[in-house]
Amino acid sequence: MSTWVRSLSPLLETTRKDIEEIARSCGLDFFDVIFEVVDYAQMNMLAAYGGFPQRYPHYTFGQEYYRLSKSYAYGLHRIYEMVINNDPCYAYLMESNQSVDDKLVMAHVYAHCDFFKNNMWFAHTNRKMMDEMANHASRIRYYVEQQGSDVVESFLDASRSIDSLIDIHSLHVVRREERRVTDDLLHVPEKEDDHVRRLTVPRGYLDSFVNPSVYIQEEKKRMERERNPEVAFPPVPEADVVQFLLENADLAPWQSDILSMLREEAYYFVPQAQTKIMNEGWATYWHSHIMTDRMVATSQEIIDYADHHSGTVQLGRSLNPYRLGVQLFQDIKERWDKGKFGPEYDRCEDMTQLSHWDTHAGRGLEKIFEIRSTYNDVGFIEAFFTPEFCERNNYFTYGYNEHYRQYKIESRNFEEVKRKLLMSISNCGRPRVVLKDANYLNRNEMYLVHLHEGVGLKLAYAIETLKYVYVLWKRPVHVETISGDKRVLVSFDGKESKVYTLK
Amino acid sequence: MMTIQGDTGRFIEIVKQKVRKDLKKYMSTGEMIGRKGRDLVSIPIPYIDTPDFRLDPQKRGGVAQGKGEEGELLGPPGGDPQGGAGQGEGTHILEVEFTLQELADILGQELELPRIEPKGRDMIVSTRTRYSGVRIVGPESLRLRKRSFVHALKRTIASGTYDPFHPTIYVTKEDKRYRNSKQIVTRNSSAVIIYMMDISGSAGDDIKEIIRTECFWIDTWLRSQYKGIVSRYIVHDAVAKEVTKDVFYRTRESGGTLFSSAYSLCRDIILKEYPLPSWNVYTFHFTDGQNWKSDNDECVTLLRDSLLPRVNMFGFGRVGMSNDLYNFLEVLIREFEECDNIVLSTYPLLMPYSRQ
Repeated sequence: MSTWVRSLSPLLETTRKDIEEIARSCGLDFFDVIFEVVDYAQMNMLAAYGGFPQRYPHYTFGQEYYRLSKSYAYGLHRIYEMVINNDPCYAYLMESNQSVDDKLVMAHVYAHCDFFKNNMWFAHTNRKMMDEMANHASRIRYYVEQQGSDVVESFLDASRSIDSLIDIHSLHVVRREERRVTDDLLHVPEKEDDHVRRLTVPRGYLDSFVNPSVYIQEEKKRMERERNPEVAFPPVPEADVVQFLLENADLAPWQSDILSMLREEAYYFVPQAQTKIMNEGWATYWHSHIMTDRMVATSQEIIDYADHHSGTVQLGRSLNPYRLGVQLFQDIKERWDKGKFGPEYDRCEDMTQLSHWDTHAGRGLEKIFEIRSTYNDVGFIEAFFTPEFCERNNYFTYGYNEHYRQYKIESRNFEEVKRKLLMSISNCGRPRVVLKDANYLNRNEMYLVHLHEGVGLKLAYAIETLKYVYVLWKRPVHVETISGDKRVLVSFDGKESKVYTLK
Repeated sequence: MMTIQGDTGRFIEIVKQKVRKDLKKYMSTGEMIGRKGRDLVSIPIPYIDTPDFRLDPQKRGGVAQGKGEEGELLGPPGGDPQGGAGQGEGTHILEVEFTLQELADILGQELELPRIEPKGRDMIVSTRTRYSGVRIVGPESLRLRKRSFVHALKRTIASGTYDPFHPTIYVTKEDKRYRNSKQIVTRNSSAVIIYMMDISGSAGDDIKEIIRTECFWIDTWLRSQYKGIVSRYIVHDAVAKEVTKDVFYRTRESGGTLFSSAYSLCRDIILKEYPLPSWNVYTFHFTDGQNWKSDNDECVTLLRDSLLPRVNMFGFGRVGMSNDLYNFLEVLIREFEECDNIVLSTYPLLMPYSRQ
């Protein structure tokens, strides 16, 4: 770790020990956490770098840092804490935090760290990512020196534009063996006898009737086809487009290396995007428990604590993952404490009985710990976002109204809300684009398909992104999506972009 | 120094179009609403919006929490920094501050202005004295005591006479060291801008605004090229007088118009205060273009014989519509076609033009 950070003061260290002990007694199980005290500029830098002190050079980090600095200077935001999924966990405290903020942040961080360590979706993340990121940074800096900054930066632009085209579940299942797909093409089936099997004919003149020439011709064609099957390339649609490019695109070694580093980083960040609601909800649930029920906040501090806590879970006009997450965890804990689950509860139709249901099951804590180990956001919402919860917390869906040019509340219908909520978090909220054919029209053109859920890609962005895909693939590229209710194909052939309407 | 400052510098360079011009098409400008004291301020900021495959946020909609009937309007996108589907779509707005010098650089690059080759570059020489070295002779007042002592000590040790128990050191003449001064010669080129304006009644506020803007850009560009630039201001109707900058932009009088009055005053100022060849002189004259017909000849003579040979550039700016016979602009075009240090500009105002 670099030298510019400061470790905790003796006072803070005492606080940290207390909170660590309380957190452990709550049942939280975490890696060691190293807290560091940083000033606002360093905090903004870390935030711009996605939490890491070392990243490869790219102007987008500078842009984010610039925006954060401005925003901080004008009092528009303040970052209290940041924590990195690493073993040991690194967490940063803002130098200007009040002591109550530090307590809150520490409690919050320990819960995050527990989540990182125990949630199964994080099981495949690199726990030495801090070092890995620094390695990536120095490798890319080396390429910058070797190739020139404009060349490397342009390549980074192209790679970054598609680094979300990965298969987020592939960490947990084996889709196929890690081998070059081209092996399939090189494999040629054994030469077979090309004689068409004929029926035996006792007398020669019957042959043309028993084995008509039409049949012989067709059979020959069929055998020909079987011998040289048109191998789809890739054999099945490929969701990890980045990996496909790494295996098949014509890239220089340094380009492959950069693309593979970005792919690794993208995979590292996937679980965090996948569990945003749960992770924040979990941390918020525990900091609130530790600060109030365990009385870590002193009586002088409790007002400030309440103020800052309510800032975290405030009702915005858009979805607040902290709020949704913590409310769901609280709801689940209550339901399992009171035994509001299982077939008996589900079958009961008496509203009075339902609202007073309490079997003193007391399994709330057990249940939320179980959930934090095995669920991600999609499953979490699917299983625990109930009609009662939706109604009690006033959830609604909104959409854009062309006429008023404004967003409009569309529906409070539970099914609608849940459908839209799930849609917005599936695949980490990103559109699913898979590679269907890398030899489209038998011309090595790349054919991507957007697996849409009723909403198409933003065409202007798709057109520009294809130009970047072209940089990597070096052959014409296409992406199929929808625009309105029509299927469209966006193409870029290296010179111009076209949008075709498909039937 | 934090490592991210390299990235931030790079970002600013891209925004200022110094590098990576291919990214220009992705730049967008917008603003972010900030607070300063109790006031809200808008902070305009360009943003490089690099593309990726993304859903149309407007078509996508989303889920939120709160009160309100179905069908209730929530406000336009972008108004709420949290708008969109909670993804913070398109709300990145940044500001880049430019210094006047940088502004001039951009001006120069965009308009492909040539670097100005100043006249009399070597003429103005100023020298400063700096103590930057050591020598072995000099006045006692400039003696370096510590350094002299070190030399004496070294000599004593080298000669083997040094006794650590009686460390007596004698500083002799050859041990002494003195500060050495160095003459630093800097060469300056100086420039003066003389602005002239016709205040004979017809120049309205909008015209003044145009002149002010034009003067600002002239000033900015020339200041980026010279150090220590002087501005002088002359207003004239039938007679000319030198005024302050403030008065220059405010005065409005009426009366006849004799350009020659301004030109002769300008000539006098140049002859008296900014003699060739050490000064770079830039003169600009703003008017609505109408002069007394009988004065035109005198102006041409003044320009040809006295002004143009002495100035780096004479700029004539006609602001406003004027199409009558006495149009001085046409006289200038006719008379000075082959002259390369005269620059003409016109700004035709598309409004009814009236003159008392």
